[in-house]
Amino acid sequence: MGLNNNQIARIVELCLLAGEILIKSGAETSRVEDTMMRIAASFGVPEAQSFVTPTGIVFSSNREDRAKLVRVAERSTDLEKVAIVNSISRQISNGELTVEEALAQLKKVAKANLAYPLWLQILSAAIASGCFLIMFQGVWQDFIPAMIAGGIGQMLFIYLHKYIKVKFFAEGVSSFVIGLLAVLSIYTGFGTNLDIIIISSVMPLVPGLLITNAVRDLMDGHLMSALAKGADAFLTALAIGSGIAIILAFI
Amino acid sequence: MAVIIQQLVTSYIASAAFGLLFNVPRKQLLQGGLSGMIGWIFYFQLVQNGMDSVFASILASILIGGIGQTFAKIYKQPVIVFNISGIIPLVPGGAAYDAMRHFVSNDYDIAIQLAAKALLVSGGIAAGLVVSEVFTRIIVQSRLKKKRMIEAKVEQD
Repeated sequence: MGLNNNQIARIVELCLLAGEILIKSGAETSRVEDTMMRIAASFGVPEAQSFVTPTGIVFSSNREDRAKLVRVAERSTDLEKVAIVNSISRQISNGELTVEEALAQLKKVAKANLAYPLWLQILSAAIASGCFLIMFQGVWQDFIPAMIAGGIGQMLFIYLHKYIKVKFFAEGVSSFVIGLLAVLSIYTGFGTNLDIIIISSVMPLVPGLLITNAVRDLMDGHLMSALAKGADAFLTALAIGSGIAIILAFI
Repeated sequence: MAVIIQQLVTSYIASAAFGLLFNVPRKQLLQGGLSGMIGWIFYFQLVQNGMDSVFASILASILIGGIGQTFAKIYKQPVIVFNISGIIPLVPGGAAYDAMRHFVSNDYDIAIQLAAKALLVSGGIAAGLVVSEVFTRIIVQSRLKKKRMIEAKVEQD
């Protein structure tokens, strides 16, 4: 097909933007590569090459062309954006969007803040902690202490992560405070079972998604991403563990 | 029976609340909760009947993966949206915590055992999801093949 250089550059830009949003929102690596290749193929660039890691994307429209690079500094989990980019790519495959329309839509998605309000996030972390307590065979008396510890832990994590930007530190401090609150609840006679209260209140911080995504990537053959995500998950687990360990060492 | 109902309700709420933390789209929160509830109650029953938690997690996550694939087909959303809420109850937070506890009190033998278990469970969860994805792929492909064969036959006629 007779695509001129300018058109190809726009298509590459579109693919990179889609990939960047997906990585930042915590999609699996195979989905990121798949989406980028699919977008490129449906605009008439069938031989595109992509290399995706959690910290950056390399993309080239064919084997001869120069490769483009995008650095991804920060990642979080935002599945709504994954779903939106997915539906945009579906529309592109069906031929319903032009390059410019798709670019405009993706730019809007990249800027948008689709997260639920902060109070709702904290509340749901609290409720989840309470429910986990019952699932782990705790008694109803410990429900409130777990809710309080889980909610405050999550709130602290969100704020610390926002202002300090060191995820390891934010997780460590939050889980330390969770441990402290759990111990306090035992001492004041509110709670009864320290272990279960702590386990259920740190659940919102536990890197379950990262671990499973890491193993997923490993099985898909994305070895680099898998190791990077595994390291990320391991660090998080270590941070939570050491925060709690400090508390446990004193009692 | 009361225990089961208690588990059903709490696992549904916990899975949906977790979906909210991961910013799952509004409509999919309830479906994610459903997938988490079914997976957890299946796992819970298996473990209660004396099955090892690693094997139980694999079986439960195969089920969750199947539910996720079905939902993804019906609601035209990426599978990850449903699977995330689904597997959260199975994540071995308890085992990891116990391991940490023993590490701190210098019981390295037990700590390593527990840590290995936590690792195996999380590997098992991911393996289960992959297994159900592969199954779905095989089913879809064999259906496509059948369709093509029928079409080819029609053209021949």
